[in-house]
Amino acid sequence: MAAPMLRWGCVGRCWALACVDRGSRHRRWAPNGFTLSGRRGQNSMAPQPVITAQKPRKGEHEWAAVVGLEIHVQISSNSKLFSGSHVHFAAPPNSLVSFFDASLPGTLPVLNRRCVEAAVMTGLALNCRINKKSLFDRKHYFYADLPAGYQITQQRLPIAVNGSLTYGVCVGNKRSQVITKTVRIKQIQLEQDSGKSLHDDLRSQTLIDLNRAGVGLLEVVMEPDMTCGKEAATAVRELQLVLQALGTSQANMAEGQLRVDANISVHHPGEPFGIRTEVKNLNSTRFLAKAIDYEIQRQINELENGGEILNETRSFDSRLGCTVPMRDKEGKQDYRFMPEPNLPPLVLYDATSLPAGADSQQVIDIDYIRERLPELPSMTREKLVQQYGMLPEHSFTLLNEVGLLEFFQNVIKETRAEPKLVTSWVLNTFLGYLKQQSLTVSESPVTPSALAELLTLLDGKVISSLAAKQVFEELWKSKGKTAAQIVSEKKLELMQAREVLAQLCQTVMEGHPQVVMDVKTGNPKAINKLIGLVRKATLSRADPTAIKKILEEKLSS
Amino acid sequence: MWARVMWRGLRAPLGGCQAFTSKAGPQVTPQVTAEMIEHLERLALVDFGSREAVARLEKAIAFADRLRGVNTDGVEPMESVLEDRCLYLRNDSVTEGNCAEELLQNSHRVVEEYFVAPPGNISLGKISYQDPPPSG
Repeated sequence: MAAPMLRWGCVGRCWALACVDRGSRHRRWAPNGFTLSGRRGQNSMAPQPVITAQKPRKGEHEWAAVVGLEIHVQISSNSKLFSGSHVHFAAPPNSLVSFFDASLPGTLPVLNRRCVEAAVMTGLALNCRINKKSLFDRKHYFYADLPAGYQITQQRLPIAVNGSLTYGVCVGNKRSQVITKTVRIKQIQLEQDSGKSLHDDLRSQTLIDLNRAGVGLLEVVMEPDMTCGKEAATAVRELQLVLQALGTSQANMAEGQLRVDANISVHHPGEPFGIRTEVKNLNSTRFLAKAIDYEIQRQINELENGGEILNETRSFDSRLGCTVPMRDKEGKQDYRFMPEPNLPPLVLYDATSLPAGADSQQVIDIDYIRERLPELPSMTREKLVQQYGMLPEHSFTLLNEVGLLEFFQNVIKETRAEPKLVTSWVLNTFLGYLKQQSLTVSESPVTPSALAELLTLLDGKVISSLAAKQVFEELWKSKGKTAAQIVSEKKLELMQAREVLAQLCQTVMEGHPQVVMDVKTGNPKAINKLIGLVRKATLSRADPTAIKKILEEKLSS
Repeated sequence: MWARVMWRGLRAPLGGCQAFTSKAGPQVTPQVTAEMIEHLERLALVDFGSREAVARLEKAIAFADRLRGVNTDGVEPMESVLEDRCLYLRNDSVTEGNCAEELLQNSHRVVEEYFVAPPGNISLGKISYQDPPPSG
């Protein structure tokens, strides 16, 4: 009876199920070390904007915030990290589970080559040092969706360290200026994902689906170099673009392929960092920014009112727009890390260390991967700026909207119009319509070729830009029609026939002798009135400059 | 070298465990306090239950502590007993799965194709679940 309701996280009414993602336990055991002790000095790489609390009392009540992120990224692979079961988002519960994933006795982990390559690619793209030797460890905790009682991760020596990610934040009144910022990447480690729990509070039971258990994850640890929600959200978006360009992850936050935990603290500039809190389960960049900004303000208010910040884990309530303390699980965690006894160290090679005659299926050559890295978003943007002469902020918008770059490139391919015209139409008109109706690029009723045709007509002066807007609106409303069809149906072509235009001019002049007199008696601006009248008579289908020319000829004769 | 650091690191978080690692050597019987037991019970989800179980734990620690008697001066710690072996790499192909029915036979309770577990980690006092406690 309840069958259809229980499948895949559908929240059935009578069951009151809640799917809770516990990114939480995939945490490193060591605290980030940036706030608890205050030993770390101010971070030189991140300028720290000052947030002033609502009622500042001379100087001392300025606050600075620091934000660090831990990001779990699901590796895009056919099979899991240590087993040959399928990786797939929506499948019947427990159908993608091997004996190893279910932790049956006697099973052993066998490392998936693809996951290692994905980690190396991501590490290289994020300017990391790739460790030629990395180690696997067990991190223990008890939870029903972790059947082994431990997660295999890389605690002692991760696969990549010391990287950086550069991202651009739009600032200014119209967000028209892009400032480049850099966040340091502390490390990237390979680890297993856990299963999923569906909590049925009504019946006081938890349903366990192990399909996700054992899927390969990259944990990307970003240093606390960010200062507000917008910066963190932008950095995450940039990481998402990098991962998608590499193909190492689909990085879809809504499907849980990219999950973010944020560490947040505030302090007075010049003083040690404050106590941090951790906000978990952030599943969209919008909520990420909101949650961080809320938490910063909450901490400031708390401290201003003489309270103190607890080193606690909080979750973001997206409906109320605030963070709330999470029920603490079993007090202080002790993950009892130990070396994974079933996996020898993971050794990687480069061109110089590659052993002669080695089985190519069994060695991973870092240099080989480096040479074959695809184009990264920063390079794509640079090319757009150079090739089409667009502003840097336009290149950011083109990449940030899913599918927009491809749309733009398809229009460019099919139209004769100038790139600048295409850029302006795609970013203003097209994107404006999408935003207005909350549609994604793929949901757009206007195809790239339809827009391309329209812009070719506009570029060839077959229609005026006013008429082009009208055609676009028609294209949007009536799927299947081409721009040319709409133009001819609505009679929107510019009047090219000079004789017809001349005739119209003549009629208008005869109808308004007073205006004609004005022009002739030394008020040249009065000609604009005549132009307007002629345009009206042509139903705005004539080029005003052509009209002006004809009128001038007629008036001076 | 960092392996040694790690070794220290592994012990450090168990702040309260100093009772175990008394430098005195294997002759001295380790003291296991009530708080320590409570902490371990929470971590391991194991009920030590009686004074007898605690005594057994103390004996086990004393047994393991004999390792400390081994002189390791000048011996470089290993990362793993398999540290000089090659880590086999598997091709990314799907070879397993589709055995929910068999797997679910292991489950005490099942709803559709889900395993059923008690809600969250329930405290030891409330355990009414049928799993037998692990014997030690």
